[in-house]
Amino acid sequence: MTAADRSSTVQDLEQFRLDVRQWLEDNCPESQRQPITPEEQYFGGRNATFPSEDARIWFERFRDKGWVCPEWPTEYGGGGLSPQQGKVIKEEMKAIRARTPLYGIGIWMLGPALLEFGNEAQKQQHIRDIIDGKVRWAQGYSEPGSGSDLASLQCKAEDMGDHFLVNGSKIWTTAADKCDWIFCLVRTDPDAKKQEGISFLLIDMDDPGITTTPIELISGESEFCQTFFDNVRVPKENLVGELNAGWSVAKALLVHERKLMSEIGSDSPREVVVPNQAARQYLEFEDGKIADAELRSRLVDYDMEMHAVGLTHFRTFEEKVAGVRSAAPLVMKYVGTEAEKQKSELLLAIMGSQGLGWEGEGFNRAEIDTLRLWAMSYAMTIAGGTSEVQLNVIAKNVLELPQG
Amino acid sequence: MALVLNEEQQFLQDTAREFLKTNAPVEALRTLRDERNKTGYDSALWQQMAELGWASIILPEEYGGLDFGFLGLGVVMEEAGRTLTASPLFASAVVGASAILLGGTPSQKETLLPAIAAGETTLALALEEHNRHKPHSIATTAETTDDGYVLNGRKTFVLDGHSANQILVVARSAGDTGDSAGLSLFLVSGDAPGIQRQRTLMADSRNAANITLDNVAVGPEALVGEAGQGWSVLEPVLDRGRVAMAAEMMGIALECFERTVAYLKEREQFGALIGSFQALQHRAAFMQTQLELARSVVLQALSAVDETPEQLPLLASLAKARLNDLAQLVTNEAVQMHGGIGVTDEMEIGFFLKRARVAMQVFGDTSFHKDRYATLCGY
Repeated sequence: MTAADRSSTVQDLEQFRLDVRQWLEDNCPESQRQPITPEEQYFGGRNATFPSEDARIWFERFRDKGWVCPEWPTEYGGGGLSPQQGKVIKEEMKAIRARTPLYGIGIWMLGPALLEFGNEAQKQQHIRDIIDGKVRWAQGYSEPGSGSDLASLQCKAEDMGDHFLVNGSKIWTTAADKCDWIFCLVRTDPDAKKQEGISFLLIDMDDPGITTTPIELISGESEFCQTFFDNVRVPKENLVGELNAGWSVAKALLVHERKLMSEIGSDSPREVVVPNQAARQYLEFEDGKIADAELRSRLVDYDMEMHAVGLTHFRTFEEKVAGVRSAAPLVMKYVGTEAEKQKSELLLAIMGSQGLGWEGEGFNRAEIDTLRLWAMSYAMTIAGGTSEVQLNVIAKNVLELPQG
Repeated sequence: MALVLNEEQQFLQDTAREFLKTNAPVEALRTLRDERNKTGYDSALWQQMAELGWASIILPEEYGGLDFGFLGLGVVMEEAGRTLTASPLFASAVVGASAILLGGTPSQKETLLPAIAAGETTLALALEEHNRHKPHSIATTAETTDDGYVLNGRKTFVLDGHSANQILVVARSAGDTGDSAGLSLFLVSGDAPGIQRQRTLMADSRNAANITLDNVAVGPEALVGEAGQGWSVLEPVLDRGRVAMAAEMMGIALECFERTVAYLKEREQFGALIGSFQALQHRAAFMQTQLELARSVVLQALSAVDETPEQLPLLASLAKARLNDLAQLVTNEAVQMHGGIGVTDEMEIGFFLKRARVAMQVFGDTSFHKDRYATLCGY
């Protein structure tokens, strides 16, 4: 790229930013420019209803503009924009605190995997439905006995000629009780080596033989479920990628999931409390300094960590644009979720007994949310591959250490 | 803000790595140490480095500089960290040159900067008076006389102070010890009457002199910046030094880490390569996460020098604190993972450990910078 090209790109991007700003100003309803609550998050799906009329209008305008998935190809309903433009949209939305009109792991995880591994018919059938919010997806990876050892999964799909017969169970299926379809890793060859007998299947949850029950967590929420498959017939055309080669699809999808989890907190529906603001509210100061030296020190550690993590996110983006490969993306899930846990512990320490309210009188919304997020933060260093698994991945893929 | 090196900087990095690996590997530092080399660095090597433009890398072209900015400097510092190259690059080309560039009179700039750029003149900053970094706790006095000033005091930890041609002395012309107001900077010839330079040999086999100033008389032209306003020059100079030292520590950590990972892949114990043990894999992988975070903060701090100097105090403290911690983590783990051989003098890992300890004290340890960062954030 010459210097002239670069500067014209910068100019184009600046013009694009102005256009985005104007469009948001004209189209984002006032009510959609406030922090969202968990109840107001719209995930779409067959049975979904919008939390408000404004939310519906906002979603429809956004969808028609092609910005639900701005970087996906236009032929499937995406915006066909560059990563830089996608980033500009995010930044400008953040600047006016515009709500995300549609959430879902169809957008975050399945879509990118289908674009990479799906056949034309699968892309035609599913991508637009994801973008249009017509189908809400669940993820079927983990199993009760497999945990971090994902490849040990047992849920099996037998080849019955014109269809697969699926039997088994999936756990940690996020919001599966509200979902329409589920993408699953299933064992299609029990005799092959662990990772070589796995396939990637798309399953309609309306099919007979599927039941789902929620699991209550220590945070008091039950966003995860267990899903059971009892002689479920799945058409052959729902196989993504080659038979027994599902592991490569799974890995690509996990990269998206981990990237997403490393960005956790950036789009949280809960009231996000910033530690150094909480410090001003809850701690005593002497001569302009937090009187408790230990807490002051912990707060600096956290602020420095978050600065470094946020900056490294930005660097991974810069590197992607510049076509530079580095190990940075692979460390982000670990550092992002660990930092989030560190933040939760720090907030509890800063708030003292005021941070221990579970519900009801005596505690404000931010305090209760802080405690609930603290309890949730434990799930984040486990789900999507535990921190220990993340370190294994770095040891293997970045450092190329010998595998025992 | 640039978080990815451009082509020019990458080219500079390749050149620097190749040159230093060939001409100034860790083995060269060992030789300097064993020979008790008087200068503490190889003068001929320094001349070559100057010819490559490294002594003037941050200087504008009008003073014979390369004008590569701090990102360019950072690349060279990092490579010098990898090879533990002893040279006046930090003391003279970064700290000394920055002081003259930011605070010097036109005449000081015209005479000194081209000489620094050519590697003919070296500078050293005589700041510290305590065993820990306290940049405005200065008891050294500068009394006004009819002909200029008279300096009295004791300085310690003056990097390359025994060999520098010119000493940049921080002295108090007004105010109480501990005030940032009332400080002044003076350029004093290394062999001026009344100066006593005691060479030290530090853990890293390099030099940081103790200097005594006993009625050292200097003319008014020796003043760098305004009398009593030295802090406004000194603070950005220190921050530039912190950022440059952080870049060197990035190199120290990277090299030490890579050598350790290589060792994990070749050393067998209990009938297996030790790198296959999960206990060691996790510690190595954790270091990788910290290296990635450190990389980002160093790049941002280097960019800030040239692009957003108003953010430099915060970013310099962030970079120095994080890199202090990283250098400590990586060098400690490196020695431990090398096992018995790691504590032998024969193994070069120990040289990284010792250099890291010195670098960690230069212009502020972690607790100094955490305190400063918190204060800058208003808590």
